[in-house]
Amino acid sequence: MRAVKGDQKTRIALTLNGRKLAAEAEPRLLLSDFLRHGLGATGTHVGCEHGVCGACTVLIDGVAVRSCLTLAVQAEGREVRTVESLAAPDGALNPLQAAFRDHHALQCGFCTPGILMSFTDFLARNPQPSEAQIREVLSGHLCRCTGYANIVEAIKEVASSSHAPRSEG
Amino acid sequence: MAESSTTTKIRRKEDASLLSGRGRYADDLPVPVGTLYAHVVRSPHAHADIVRIDARRALAHDGVWAVLTGEDVRKLSDPFLAAVKTPVQQWSLAVERVRYVGEPAALVVAESRYVAEDAAELVEIEYAPLPAVIDPVAACAKSAPLLHPQAGTNEVSVREFRYGDTAAAFARADRRIAMTTTFPRLSFTPIECYVVVARHNAAGGSYDVTANFQGPFSMHPVMARALRVKGPKLRLRIPPDSGGSFGIKLSVFPYIVLMALAARVTGRPVKWVEDRIEHLVAASSGPNRVTQIEAALTNDGCVLALRLDQLEDYGAFLRAPMPGPLYRMQGAVTGAYDIAHVDVINRVVLTNKMPASLIRGFGGPQLYLALERLMQRIAVELDLDPLEVIRRNLIAGEKFPYRAAAGALYDSGDYARAVEIATGDGRLDELKRRRAAARAQGRRYGIGFAAIVEPAMSNMGYLSTLMSKEAREKAGPKSGAVSMATVNIDPLGAVTVTADVTVQGQSHETVLAQIVAKALGLRPDDVEVVLEMDTAKDQWSIAAGTYSSRFASGTAVAAHMAAVQMREKLKAIAAKQLNVLPADVELSGGKIRSRSNPDNALPFGRVAATSHWSPGLLPESMAPALSETAAWTPQELEPPSRDDRINTSLTYGFVFDMCGVEIDPVSYQVRVDRYVSMHDAGRILNVTIAGGQIRGSFAQGVAAALYEEFAYNEEGAFLTGTFADYLVPTVSEIPEVEILHYESPSPLTPLGAKGLAEGNCMSTPACIANAIADALGVADVTLPATPRRIHALLERAGATGKR
Amino acid sequence: MKPRPFDYVRPDTVEEVLALLAEHGDEARILAGGQSLIPMLNLRLIEAAVLIDISRLAELDTIRSDGGALEVGAAVTQNKLMAWPDLARDFALLAAGLPFVGHFQTRNKGTVCGSIAHADPSSELPLLLAMYAGEVVLRSQRGTRAVPAEDFHKDMLTTAREADELVVTVRFPHPSDRRVAFREIARRHGDFAIIAVAAAAGANGAVTLGVGGMAGRPMTRAIAARDAASAADAIGQWAEELEGYDDLHASAAMRRDMLRKLAANVVAEVAQ
Repeated sequence: MRAVKGDQKTRIALTLNGRKLAAEAEPRLLLSDFLRHGLGATGTHVGCEHGVCGACTVLIDGVAVRSCLTLAVQAEGREVRTVESLAAPDGALNPLQAAFRDHHALQCGFCTPGILMSFTDFLARNPQPSEAQIREVLSGHLCRCTGYANIVEAIKEVASSSHAPRSEG
Repeated sequence: MAESSTTTKIRRKEDASLLSGRGRYADDLPVPVGTLYAHVVRSPHAHADIVRIDARRALAHDGVWAVLTGEDVRKLSDPFLAAVKTPVQQWSLAVERVRYVGEPAALVVAESRYVAEDAAELVEIEYAPLPAVIDPVAACAKSAPLLHPQAGTNEVSVREFRYGDTAAAFARADRRIAMTTTFPRLSFTPIECYVVVARHNAAGGSYDVTANFQGPFSMHPVMARALRVKGPKLRLRIPPDSGGSFGIKLSVFPYIVLMALAARVTGRPVKWVEDRIEHLVAASSGPNRVTQIEAALTNDGCVLALRLDQLEDYGAFLRAPMPGPLYRMQGAVTGAYDIAHVDVINRVVLTNKMPASLIRGFGGPQLYLALERLMQRIAVELDLDPLEVIRRNLIAGEKFPYRAAAGALYDSGDYARAVEIATGDGRLDELKRRRAAARAQGRRYGIGFAAIVEPAMSNMGYLSTLMSKEAREKAGPKSGAVSMATVNIDPLGAVTVTADVTVQGQSHETVLAQIVAKALGLRPDDVEVVLEMDTAKDQWSIAAGTYSSRFASGTAVAAHMAAVQMREKLKAIAAKQLNVLPADVELSGGKIRSRSNPDNALPFGRVAATSHWSPGLLPESMAPALSETAAWTPQELEPPSRDDRINTSLTYGFVFDMCGVEIDPVSYQVRVDRYVSMHDAGRILNVTIAGGQIRGSFAQGVAAALYEEFAYNEEGAFLTGTFADYLVPTVSEIPEVEILHYESPSPLTPLGAKGLAEGNCMSTPACIANAIADALGVADVTLPATPRRIHALLERAGATGKR
Repeated sequence: MKPRPFDYVRPDTVEEVLALLAEHGDEARILAGGQSLIPMLNLRLIEAAVLIDISRLAELDTIRSDGGALEVGAAVTQNKLMAWPDLARDFALLAAGLPFVGHFQTRNKGTVCGSIAHADPSSELPLLLAMYAGEVVLRSQRGTRAVPAEDFHKDMLTTAREADELVVTVRFPHPSDRRVAFREIARRHGDFAIIAVAAAAGANGAVTLGVGGMAGRPMTRAIAARDAASAADAIGQWAEELEGYDDLHASAAMRRDMLRKLAANVVAEVAQ
């Protein structure tokens, strides 16, 4: 049984983008804060901290979840993937990222990492979704810049091509 | 005039980093060791006197460094300067009294944000509640509770304007048609909230603050004055990336001052990251406006004259640069129509709501809701086709450049032609067919139109229109709008551009690289653009920042000018080395060569190197450094005339929208069935980016029309405090839009480009409101047209079905 | 928006969970998916001295169908149930209603039992449980009991669960209905419903209607749908009885009106 007192910091170890990392945290620390300020992975953004905007979406064991609605301690021992894992080590964008660039599917880019992570999960499970399914998943994210249309186009392009986004990492 | 090769599709320079999690937003940047974290304690009351603040328990909490109150702030700082001189004072924390729910009342500074929030619950504030006033019309009543008793009224500014002979036009009119519209309160809530990191150097008496502020930098002196320091003692840095702004991030400025004071009090750097709850309740709102509008008409629907009485509600304080939205459209108050006579009354009222400030559209949505609803009412009342009423009143193409009654100089356009294209190709016929088919089945379907003028690059003098001409003469003329950009070339020929804009997603890096590369015969990839701002080192004027669509007509022009200056300099250097006349030199394909003998060429970098390594070889009288700065201010941006006419902006684009909407009989939702948006934004600088800006603006226009509203109850309680209640549309709520372009290049700028990113925030609410009015056959459409409001409209008409 | 401090415990067995609940009672909160709990903690709307994390308990992460009923364990996420292979065939109404629960991303973590235990009156899963006349299995150190849905959901955010009890499973009895329908009205896709309406038609033509968002808990009623007019009368009467309530997004009158129309639509849909 894992038990941590409220005022006690504990060492939380997890795998972030393939690398084993650890840092100290109180039980109440949100995973979003732990990733950004504990582990230095600032690619994951915080937009509402009540689970509506989707900017903080990350993968835990391959499944897209809101990191603001997850405690850091809950991710202990898990595989966490964030937007920093998507591009190749030389910086080459993966097909999903490239489609976002090619369709002008981002402007300020703040909501984008969460959307990329949602679809990394979703397209791995459903490589060829319908547009309705894409819209359904995208409706779990708020974007204020684009009006969404180009995001849908970008994802449609990835979905219609034979390869789903790379899922290593 | 620019050639249209700039319209080719190119990849954005910004994207690779942003897509890889390598953006550098304000909360991503490293902070100094020892940084403390702040949390704001906010008023739960709409209006109350602060009787007592007891911070002892909070201060005793482990990890707490300081608790600041209004008394501290009053001791350490001065009230913010305002654009309108009134007895109203505002500090960065409430002093003696709170005037809206969410108003900052104290600040807790602690070792972490978590601890600061814990301690905030221990700050005991005793309030003595006062009656609140929320409705702007009620706030003008003599009996209304006064927000600022020393002002003696809540209606803190009233100005009347007469352009032409409106009374005579009304006297000779066949008909008069009047209506009242109300534009709601909303914000476009960027997904990134405010972030401030402040440091204080007690030895130097200086502040160094990083914040995701957007400009205008006319606010810099306001902040410095509040902190009681000279400008250079407030160094303000803007990070390279920002998670959206839409006008909202101007209003981080009181928190810049507050965190600077907290850094001074604690002797430590202080960081504050606004959360979403704070953002919704207190960050910023567009102003709500009640407009009474009346037209003098001929029987065939020609508008001879207009009267507008605009009552704009700025919430609890009138902060600089307010009341901008009430005056930004002043010169263009007659919109896209050829109306020679107009009287305008502008009233500013204060109520117990969060202060209003910049927001995308900035005065346009409020004006055009009134003007375009009126045009639709004219059609209904005169039994004319609404499109025909618009056509009859549009400014004719041959009248450009056109001086509008209130002073705007519309630079170019052919509105009738743009309307003809938009309604052509069967688009309007299709809408009418769909309406007829729906109505034949008993469904409620309506068609709406809106024709609007979209201003860009504000005249920094427009706000002085609210002063009397005597006061203006006393204060000295205000006019113009400076844009600045610098092009630098390094010893190996690499080009860097800096400019006076703040990044917030509008692709400025991409477009500036495109413009500068074109002038220098390079590829956009050869040009680095660095847009993080530092007021201590970068070029800026009060007009700097990203707002009022000033980029395409302003900063882009300055960058073009700086690049042309650089090109001429390089030509002169190369001419000497190529042994030709400068006029024979051209820059192309990364080479600088003789036009008449292209084999006589030097690599771009080689010429650039000369200035660095061998300044002695430069032509005589040439300054050696390869750094060119251009500052551009168009002469058309004159101060207000003695009779209050004002050319409020430099360029004026045109938007014509039409749409079909259907009212769902079960959910009472308004569904946008078809939407067409025609834009004349002059020369399009980059068609992909233009499309992105228009779609984003359209989505916000739909949001304003149907979803987003800051709701208060009569006592001033705030009802939309989370994203579960304040409804930002998702992909499911945003309809398709067909975007069309018609290009009338502006003759007033070297690039011919106008603004285009605010148009649909202005046109779409009005267009959808008109379609709803048509669908329901009603005059009174309140936005946002929520199911609750639609249901109430139908109830009144006895049309909800059996009870 | 950061939560107040709380102790965190991640037990290895259900027995340990029950011991913790016995010790802490209503000072403790069960953390399963956290999709309702953590927003409330972040907003500091609720107190919790101890969070008991059951999300990793394999014994609760099970979906069983024994022919009589579908048993969903307390750690089963909504998306896991949606992906259960026989759902559309055997539990068509669940399959129809689950996509309306939150969003893909929240269903990845949000649990079926958690939503039912949270008891928001406009959320879909309590309504679905009511439609199946299902039951909630509660365990404590004192024993195990199964509470019928109509007794479990008492009012807004209020259930029959005692402070020392854990919702271990919910049971959806195998339906005999032939045709089902689920519709809801929300301001935005994925929002809590203004109202949600479900209908199930049995072999004998009897229609069971259910509605969320009209009262403090989901309500169901059998409607004799002999013809559209008599169904409409019965629905209209029901709507008046339920009254509905006012909030920012809809008035009570509007809810009644929506119920009349939406219910008539789903009755027609299942009566075909």
